[in-house]
Amino acid sequence: MTEELTDQKQRRHPGRGPVDTLNEMDHAAIDDSITSRQEVSGFGSMIRTQPFWVFLAILAIGFVMTFVSDAFMTERNMFNITRNFAFFGIMALGMSAVICTAGIDLSVGSLLGLCAITLGLTMQAGWGIEVGFVVCMLTAAAVGAINGVLIAYLKMAPFVVTLGMLAMARSIAMVISNNKMIYEFGPDMELFEWIGGESMLGVPNVVWVLILMTAGFWWVWRYSTWGRWVIAIGGNAQAAKLSGIPVERMIVSVYMVCSMCTGLAAFMFIGYTGSATNGMGVTYELNVIAASVIGGANLMGGVVYALGAPIGAALVELIRNSLLLAGIPALWQQFFVGLFLILAVLLEQIRSRGRS
Amino acid sequence: MGLLNLNGITKSFGAIHALNGVDLSIDPGEAVGLMGDNGAGKSTLMKIIAGNFKPTSGEIRIEDKSVEFHKPIDARYAGIEIVYQDLALCDNLTAAANVFLGREAKKRIGPFSWLDHGAMYKRAGELFSELKSETRPRDLVRQMSGGQRQAVAIARTRLSDPKLVLMDEPTAAISVRQVAEVLALIKRLKDTGHAVILVSHRMPDVFDVCDRVAVLRRGTKVADKHIKETSPEEVTGLITGAIEAA
Ligand SMILES: Nc1ncnc2c1ncn2[C@@H]1O[C@H](COP(=O)(O)OP(=O)(O)OP(=O)(O)O)[C@@H](O)[C@H]1O
Ligand SMILES: [Mg+2]
Repeated sequence: MTEELTDQKQRRHPGRGPVDTLNEMDHAAIDDSITSRQEVSGFGSMIRTQPFWVFLAILAIGFVMTFVSDAFMTERNMFNITRNFAFFGIMALGMSAVICTAGIDLSVGSLLGLCAITLGLTMQAGWGIEVGFVVCMLTAAAVGAINGVLIAYLKMAPFVVTLGMLAMARSIAMVISNNKMIYEFGPDMELFEWIGGESMLGVPNVVWVLILMTAGFWWVWRYSTWGRWVIAIGGNAQAAKLSGIPVERMIVSVYMVCSMCTGLAAFMFIGYTGSATNGMGVTYELNVIAASVIGGANLMGGVVYALGAPIGAALVELIRNSLLLAGIPALWQQFFVGLFLILAVLLEQIRSRGRS
Repeated sequence: MGLLNLNGITKSFGAIHALNGVDLSIDPGEAVGLMGDNGAGKSTLMKIIAGNFKPTSGEIRIEDKSVEFHKPIDARYAGIEIVYQDLALCDNLTAAANVFLGREAKKRIGPFSWLDHGAMYKRAGELFSELKSETRPRDLVRQMSGGQRQAVAIARTRLSDPKLVLMDEPTAAISVRQVAEVLALIKRLKDTGHAVILVSHRMPDVFDVCDRVAVLRRGTKVADKHIKETSPEEVTGLITGAIEAA
């Protein structure tokens, strides 16, 4: 029996539930139709997501820009835009996980600087690229673990912990670098700079990394228990705990994942710029958080989209690029990033009001 | 020798004495109704059995072995499932995801495994229809009615084959038809040798399905009687304190 038929029967007996009027066999049919029914179709659920609307905004801005500047739609400019936003996109993927647990990580910018220095010093000392990569990721993992333990086990507010880490990581980067710039990366320098700065098939390597990581996170959020548990913790940490989810350990792992995304971005970024300074990544946390939030991450927790991070980062970079090409002074950049951040949150509020 | 034996369970939250030396035992295939006024300590006792709180003092024995639960998961491994009074659901997940939370169904190939959404939707759908609940497995819990939420919380206890099911006011928000289904479920659980502790304010429910009724008043057990040896009037008196103890 189809769903329509049962609905029709119900309509013929207004005020009476289907229960009294239908026999046992119909029960099974109703149950069946209930089981298979879905609130909304695939497309319907897609247009309810924030990344979809932000993507439309990107298309609209892009469309307008083709008229504003001939330089916009060139291959060169597209290449630059994608490469620039990829670094933020990679960091925003991790940030989205943290925000999904109703947390925040303000230390990612400083961590980028710290990773730059530990990585730079290692390779400058003559170690190979593998060792440099491992040192970079271990630095990130350690910082993430410290953040996570303080937040999960000592129940400290994520804002405070990571604000402290923002100051400490930057300071340590200054101390161990002796405030000097590093531009000598030992025997594997050429490969290192190729990985960060060059491209394959006309697409910057860092964009490939972003694509792979976005696909990876998409899978994680949809198909892994880790992803499911992180989302559950964001929804109701108490309920997650009662269901036997190791909430504390999960939170530590989430902060480590976020930091390691930053570590990876640092590895690519230093290769791209060809130098490492302890001032790298200052105020990046703003752009990364903005990218995540514009991409649909909700600071109340429980919401995450893998595609949101790159889309949010793309919008932030597109704003920057468009202002530049439109001849608007660079001083306006942060204003527009902030404006879109607020608009994104407003949009999310309007949509959730529409839902309830 | 009893499935569960509680000996002298006491629980204090700072200056508040929620439970004072409560003894309770239950056999396989038995249903015990736990009644008492608001704040009498019913939920606290349930949460202690479910490993949510540690008792300040007293002993929990399961099948004559002393146990100590540090986490809810320990109690689950010992064969105890619970429907919490506040249901403990994640609003941002689907009904099926909530039913399977913490023990997701997975598909495996070699070392790889991933969530088996199809199987979870299907099983959750079966459990909901078993409860005669119009709960759709794919709906977000956020959008659900109180009764549907309750169905999700109850469906969770049906995933495994527990020895003891604790239900803390499982019928508080549901329709007459669904109450009948929950009561029928309790009877089925009894018939298959499971034990049930039912916390409820609804006298008819308790007298319908329970074999015994225990009454808590301000943290102390004031009665524990066979249903045939008591009456709703007596139980009401015990709850309010009009009857001191029985
Ligand atoms: N986590 C807690 N911290 C402090 N006090 C608590 C806590 N949980 C319960 N209590 C106190 O313990 C007493 C018993 O509460 P409990 O929730 O067990 O009552 P109840 O019998 O389930 O009531 P109701 O019928 O309203 O659900 C109350 O005085 C309550 O304030
Ligand atoms: Mg209670």
